[in-house]
Amino acid sequence: MSTDTTPTPGLAGSDFASDSHSAAGLREAGRDYLNRLRGGDMGALPATLGLLALVIGFAIASDTFLTELNIANLITQAGAICVLAMGLVFVLLLGDIDLSAGFAGATSATVAALLIRDQGQPWPVAVLAGIATGAVIGFALGMLVAKLGIPSFVVTLAFFLGLQGALLRMIGQGGSVRVDNEFIRGISIDNMPVGAGWAFAGGVVAAFAILSLLRHRRQVRQNLQHLPLSVVWFKIIGLAVPVLGLAAVLNTNRSRNPNFPIEGIPWVLPLVGFLLIFWTYVLTRTAFGRHLYAVGGNREAARRAGINVDRIRVSAFMICSSMAAISGIIAASNAGKVSASSGGSNTLLYAVGAAVIGGTSLFGGKGKARDAVIGGLVIATIANGLGLLDQPSYINFVVTGSVLLLAAAVDAVSRRRRSAAGVG
Amino acid sequence: MTGTPLLELKNVNKIFGAVHVLHDVNFAVHPGQVTALVGDNGAGKSTLVKTVAGIYAADSGEQWFDGQQVNITSPKEASELGIEVVYQDLALCDNLDIVENMFLGRELKKGPLLDESTMEERARETLASLSVRTVKSVRQGVASLSGGQRQTVAIAKAVLWNSKVVLLDEPTAALGVAQTRQVLDLVRRLADQGLGVVLISHNMNDVFEVADRITALYLGRVAADVATKDVTHGQVVELITAGRSGNLGLAPAAAL
Ligand SMILES: Nc1ncnc2c1ncn2[C@@H]1O[C@H](COP(=O)(O)OP(=O)(O)OP(=O)(O)O)[C@@H](O)[C@H]1O
Ligand SMILES: [Mg+2]
Repeated sequence: MSTDTTPTPGLAGSDFASDSHSAAGLREAGRDYLNRLRGGDMGALPATLGLLALVIGFAIASDTFLTELNIANLITQAGAICVLAMGLVFVLLLGDIDLSAGFAGATSATVAALLIRDQGQPWPVAVLAGIATGAVIGFALGMLVAKLGIPSFVVTLAFFLGLQGALLRMIGQGGSVRVDNEFIRGISIDNMPVGAGWAFAGGVVAAFAILSLLRHRRQVRQNLQHLPLSVVWFKIIGLAVPVLGLAAVLNTNRSRNPNFPIEGIPWVLPLVGFLLIFWTYVLTRTAFGRHLYAVGGNREAARRAGINVDRIRVSAFMICSSMAAISGIIAASNAGKVSASSGGSNTLLYAVGAAVIGGTSLFGGKGKARDAVIGGLVIATIANGLGLLDQPSYINFVVTGSVLLLAAAVDAVSRRRRSAAGVG
Repeated sequence: MTGTPLLELKNVNKIFGAVHVLHDVNFAVHPGQVTALVGDNGAGKSTLVKTVAGIYAADSGEQWFDGQQVNITSPKEASELGIEVVYQDLALCDNLDIVENMFLGRELKKGPLLDESTMEERARETLASLSVRTVKSVRQGVASLSGGQRQTVAIAKAVLWNSKVVLLDEPTAALGVAQTRQVLDLVRRLADQGLGVVLISHNMNDVFEVADRITALYLGRVAADVATKDVTHGQVVELITAGRSGNLGLAPAAAL
């Protein structure tokens, strides 16, 4: 039998006529966005709204919450969580978990602190050695998970205990190592000069605006899929307002003592900003990042596409533990010491919570570096706000636990809706 | 049969634990020809394809490509040789969009960064040539596509590269009339361009329309390797269901 009577459909580019240009305008883009929300693709929206609600709530409940001093405090408190969460995003993207990241960070920070205190090493050597310690831990985790095939939950639980032991061995029960190196301490307690702070904030906004607009122009010129120009501007303003607003607040004198002004952006903020930009580029603009998403989305498909799945998994664990090391050093900088209990208690759950609250899925395949920062701010705001309200610490645990559960529930429900709506 | 085959398997065996899935399989793909690989469910067709693709390692036997003995142990090696596969289960990443899926593992780059513009353009061209009229955007996530659209994306992914051998495992299973037409035309076109094409299908009309040769698998054994013009529908169906047909096919002992 022959079906040749069916006319061959034309092969014209007109098949994609509706594709080569974008949604016609802001209104249509808005409708697309609403549809995506309904389909369960919530992005950063729940966390951003939650953050706003928390800020408004605490501002009403406490006179001190919105003071410049407290905002600066909040930023320094959030730094370590955000960085740890950013590392965890990589492991979560693959559908794995790293329960040992908190202690990996503390162990690495201890290595750095001891190198300075006992060996008299300069801080760059100590910091690099700390990060290298993290990388080695991550390599071991990754090899055990990828090559031996032990579930990451079990491997990292074992390391959670083992590293706690290593920490005790290095520091001693109840002991601590002082961190008084000026540079490391400075990450948390020193501020950028006001002028440099403005230049930094302005530079970030200008760079983002220029890159977005250039990209948009290139896409239009080459007839590629692109967003309406109004949406591009919307995004630029969406970045500019919080960045410049925060710069303005932090560049205001926040000292209670008129003779000793404290002003400027704490150094931890540009550090987190740099890491955020760097990892965002890696995730969205490099083949390595693309492969991370692929392995998280469909491991077998990734393997058949010729991707070295084991290498990707090991790298993800190495990135996670190295970021944990940086986070541990930031935490040590903030506390002025590392102790045998550093990296314990709720450190890890805060970071996992931050990533999930920000929109990273526990099921793998979905997440952004940005999620860690937004979610980290939510967690830090809860801790900071409840602290100001003089709530007993059990409230803090209960509230943070509930928020984590809520975020995980949102993740699970939106995943269900995504698969119902067929959106990846 | 003329000239050296582009791809040839000699006495290939594949055993999964206790299941002997491929028995001394000899299989040849010639340039410029469409070879149909037919057989009942579970005959071992997909396993054969995955062995060629480097997903499974054969337990014994030889693989020859372009007149040289090769040992394909990974999907990367297969694609480097110029072997492309459209898998029965499609193997797409639901969390990536069409362009990202089509270039997965072989992304185009500008320096260290991805060259999204070129990838998007080439993906659009290739898809347009397959007439995927219903896809709204090449930047759509593949999770939101219909079964047929997904299949077309998987096929587009395979024809994107300058390959020498293309194996399609039931590529028209989920397609409508017009899309099936497109794919069969494409299969013929690829062979006419000099590629070796393997088409797995349960649809005898499709097989007889485009195939030059037919290889029938029966319970993991090659029952027959014949030129399409030498056999009838009925004979092929018998080869598939019973392993033999008249003087064609497996010896009675093996067939039972
Ligand atoms: N990974 C595996 N492990 C164990 N057995 C397997 C595996 N893959 C396939 N098999 C077995 O090998 C046999 C052949 O399977 P295969 O998928 O190759 O069949 P097929 O000819 O492609 O069938 P269909 O027409 O249904 O696609 C079946 O009996 C199947 O159960
Ligand atoms: Mg099959």
